[in-house]
Amino acid sequence: MTASPAGHALSVRNLSVEFPSGRGRLLAIDDVSFDVAPGEILGLVGESGAGKSLTGSAIIGLIEPPGRIASGEILLAGRRIDNLDDTQMRHVRGREIGMIFQDPRTSLNPLFTVSRQLTDTIREHRPMSATAARQEALRLLEMVGIPAAAQRLDSYPHEFSGGMCQRVVIALALAAGPRLIIADEPTTALDVSTQAQIMKVMKDLCKSSGSAMMLITHSMGVIAALADRVAVMYAGRIVEIGPVADVILHPRHPYSKGLIASIPSLEQKMARFSQIDGAMPRLGRWPGGCSFHPRCPSRMDVCSTVRPELTEKGNAMMACWLDAS
Amino acid sequence: MLTFLIKRLAQAGLVLMSVSFCSFLLFNFVGDPVQQMMSATASTEDREALREQLGLNASTPVQFVRFVGNIAHGNFGNSYRLGRPVERLIAERLPATLELVAVAAVFALVLGIAMGLQSGLAPTSLLARITQWGSLIGVSLPTFFIGIGLITVFSVWLGWFPAFGRGDVIQFRWWSTGLLTASGLQSIVLPAITLSLFLMTLVMRLVRGELLEVMRTDYIKFARARGLSKRLIYLVYAFRNTLVPVITVIGLQIGSLVAFSIITETVFNWPGLGLMFVDAIQFADIPVMATYLMLVALVFVVINLVVDVLYLAIDPRLRTGSGGSGAAT
Repeated sequence: MTASPAGHALSVRNLSVEFPSGRGRLLAIDDVSFDVAPGEILGLVGESGAGKSLTGSAIIGLIEPPGRIASGEILLAGRRIDNLDDTQMRHVRGREIGMIFQDPRTSLNPLFTVSRQLTDTIREHRPMSATAARQEALRLLEMVGIPAAAQRLDSYPHEFSGGMCQRVVIALALAAGPRLIIADEPTTALDVSTQAQIMKVMKDLCKSSGSAMMLITHSMGVIAALADRVAVMYAGRIVEIGPVADVILHPRHPYSKGLIASIPSLEQKMARFSQIDGAMPRLGRWPGGCSFHPRCPSRMDVCSTVRPELTEKGNAMMACWLDAS
Repeated sequence: MLTFLIKRLAQAGLVLMSVSFCSFLLFNFVGDPVQQMMSATASTEDREALREQLGLNASTPVQFVRFVGNIAHGNFGNSYRLGRPVERLIAERLPATLELVAVAAVFALVLGIAMGLQSGLAPTSLLARITQWGSLIGVSLPTFFIGIGLITVFSVWLGWFPAFGRGDVIQFRWWSTGLLTASGLQSIVLPAITLSLFLMTLVMRLVRGELLEVMRTDYIKFARARGLSKRLIYLVYAFRNTLVPVITVIGLQIGSLVAFSIITETVFNWPGLGLMFVDAIQFADIPVMATYLMLVALVFVVINLVVDVLYLAIDPRLRTGSGGSGAAT
């Protein structure tokens, strides 16, 4: 955490996001810090409501009001972007940060051709003629692996399958060559065979373009297949962050352990799926101390009173009182 | 596309036949035209002769078949009251009504869409609150009340616009227009506003509601995440998605502008079809009423056809199957 932010594609420093409510403000993201190196894929994993997607929205500056960034800094290649005005931020979106959403079918405007949506995006960020933009659109579609792209350029989104739609979405997110891609559940809405293809497309594109990626998902399987490092989020905080190999093979935080144990495995015959008891508390009902302690199988007295901070444990960092001594 | 049009035209013909038959049945109960046409002192023989001459003694189905047969020959009959061919009467009155409806429709669409966009994009702004509140008045006040109110304020108190009539008109062959004279333009303002107010507020509320819906969709979020300009997102990407339901309602409502013009024309003594129809009712002038109703039905049918074609132009998802399925091969 002490490395110079300039070397990182993305640096998030002590980010907190709050929602004003009748009973004061609710912290939905609480003091989150992490970095993503150029070309690196950082997975952000956790249950629904853990604050993964909200972290993504905060970085691209599209938090739904009345939510707002309460404190912290977001640096993109060393430049602060969380305090930019609307117009400046518009040039960051698309141009420097690309975003991929969950459902490709609803992410594309149904009434406009694929080429229109691509060329509009390309020309917004890179001044060029309509013909040049069309050429560029064709190149992008070929890059994301759409067969016979030249014939499909003037098709409408409903004429594509779900997997092809997601390729178009990826092409749109990459249209201006962003240095960071935020992918929010990019494969969740796709069927299993397509998921693998889309994951491969994303991984290849990241490697070839050198873009960093923040991969938001609830699936440890997707993380294992794609990410270099993973951050596990629970109740608005990062509880464990480290290289994928370390975190998946040797999870230390009880919550990460629970998440990984709940992945069904072909090798081990299980009588029933392992699961974490209970559910994540609702926003505003987060318990004191470590938020996970009510569900934690190895809780201690200290857990309910004092909140553990992220501290280094080998290659990874985690926030837990276990073997903290 | 061609089969679609032919199918639609056949349906249109059926609709027109049914409308004319229903109206014919109803006209049996509107009163006795002979009573109105002859003086009170006329003898029973004279009345019978007239009845025979008008063909009123035949049974309703026979009268109907005669009526349709005549229409097929372009003969809509003579007005009982004025003794002149109905098609002439209608041709004289049609321009006044069509001009009124056209001006009212333009008012309603331009202002309604503009206000709808404004209040949909900035729903908490003061202007949006005012138009939103004002639109309740437009939706809930009856047309005649609005008309009389406008006359009171702008004609009687302020004297800015004439209270009735169409002003001076210029004749082009069979079309008479009031849109090219100063007094004609002045005269059309109040009735057009009166007629358009309901549609205007309807369009506004509809555009606003649709827009609020569309702004929450994923493709608008994605468009914002790609850094597209607000103008492109709102006025092109979002607006076109609001159009399908808006056009449906506009199509239906422009038809009812023609129908509603009866009230507006009565209030402003506007020499159009509506006024003619009201006179015809009072006189049980069956040929005039029947032809007017057929004309209104025709207007509705034509507008529905236009709306269907517009759907195809706006939404590519509806195009598949009725003409090339785009570039997908």
